Amino acid sequence: MSSDRLKGLILPALAVLAFEIWLRAFPIASDALAPPSAAVMALAQGLADGSVLLATRDTLLGAIIGLGIGSSIGLLLGVLTGLLPPLDRLLEVSIESIRPIPSVALLPIGLMVFGFGYALEFSIVAKTCLFATLILTRSAVRGVEPRLMEVARALRLSPFARVTKIVLPAALPQIFVAFRLAAGAALIVAVTVEITINPQGLGHAMMTAQQALRPDVMLGYLLWIGIVGFLWNAALLLAQRHLFGRAAVSEAMR
Amino acid sequence: MTPLAQISWRIASFAFAASLVVAWQLVANAQLISPIFLPGPDRAWAALVNGFTDRGLGGKLVGTLRHMTFGWLAASIAAIALGSLIGSSRRARIYVAPSLEFLRPLPVSAIIPVAIALYGLSEGMAIFVIAFGTLWPMLLATIQGYAGVEPRLLEVARALNLSRLETVTKISLPSAMPDILAGMRVSLTVALILSVVCEIVAGLDGLGQWILISARMFRSPDLFAGVILLGAVGYLAAAIIAEVERRLLAWRKTH
Repeated sequence: MSSDRLKGLILPALAVLAFEIWLRAFPIASDALAPPSAAVMALAQGLADGSVLLATRDTLLGAIIGLGIGSSIGLLLGVLTGLLPPLDRLLEVSIESIRPIPSVALLPIGLMVFGFGYALEFSIVAKTCLFATLILTRSAVRGVEPRLMEVARALRLSPFARVTKIVLPAALPQIFVAFRLAAGAALIVAVTVEITINPQGLGHAMMTAQQALRPDVMLGYLLWIGIVGFLWNAALLLAQRHLFGRAAVSEAMR
Repeated sequence: MTPLAQISWRIASFAFAASLVVAWQLVANAQLISPIFLPGPDRAWAALVNGFTDRGLGGKLVGTLRHMTFGWLAASIAAIALGSLIGSSRRARIYVAPSLEFLRPLPVSAIIPVAIALYGLSEGMAIFVIAFGTLWPMLLATIQGYAGVEPRLLEVARALNLSRLETVTKISLPSAMPDILAGMRVSLTVALILSVVCEIVAGLDGLGQWILISARMFRSPDLFAGVILLGAVGYLAAAIIAEVERRLLAWRKTH
């Protein structure tokens, strides 16, 4: 397994090396390309003077708070529609007509209402997370073992106790999968909002570097965004594996 | 559920959506939210009709559809071809798949500044970004599809002395098809999002540019018309590819 993993590193390492040699051997004045070593140096410098970390904080704040708002509304709606089929059928047309609107299409509306800043980013990230969580939570709640619901009825649990004691624990592994997918989307949308309009965070820093004709800084940020995205997803996967083990995996397959 | 109950629930569901629209109209009429931000559905609808008849909204729609489909189709072809090459060899999979897994969580819109530096604020930039952004998920899905081919089917292919090309076209590709189509479905949504983003950033002819300009000029009915149209594009794109998926995969229902 570990030798397979090493083999996976060969290709990117060769690509980076070839790129480095090519740009060092034939130095061209380019606004778009810089040798990988220069990009790494620029990134190290940005990390040292704190500008990269500051931008990272803004992006993560946008992603996390937007995720919090969106996924809690989505969770609530998902549990309600999953438990009450009549409500689900009643809301179906409304949900299905709002869901396909691309979240970036709402950017100009958010811009008019909130102006630039955190609120704009929260609102767009929240819209994305809301629907991702809603759909998957609904199917998770529907998939709860019917016999557990019979037990709840036999015990004469109140509706609230039924949700907190039976439905949520039973559906939790799958709800966490939903949360993980929403969280992945949250970071992507946060960076997209910054690249498109919002003047803050990693996306905007990258656009600024491009406009300042600093390809090394720009590619350094690209590398950093890749690292942040990778760690973000790896952390969520790790949490899923530790919290739910095989439960989440097998539930997701169902 | 009886068909009658099903139909009446549908009607109830539409009625509920209609009542939301009525509520929106009432809120707008009462001016609870400033009409600068929130036009009523009547004004949004009028702007939509007016946009199509007089103001070239149709052209913007075609622009967005063109960006989206060009980039996506180019990436689909490349992903299926490359994915088949990589996926049909176990050794190639070992070398390539980890790099793709690393690229997957990368927010693809981060490639936009690089694309602008390479291609300028042009259509080519948009197509490149869309193709790049949709390539990876589809490539990964194709490779996964090939990795999941039932080993006994491959043994059959060996027993029948099929050439490698025949094995791919007759056995591996059909059984990887569900994964490939799922990748294409996800990518189509990404393509729509990226076209809107590129049109906003680069001011290209399309709905993204239309909604941004409408917002900048505080013409909210036009803005809402554009957003409604984008929602319709998203809905139709998903519906069409779901239908294609259903038709192409009809043979799977037998088992």
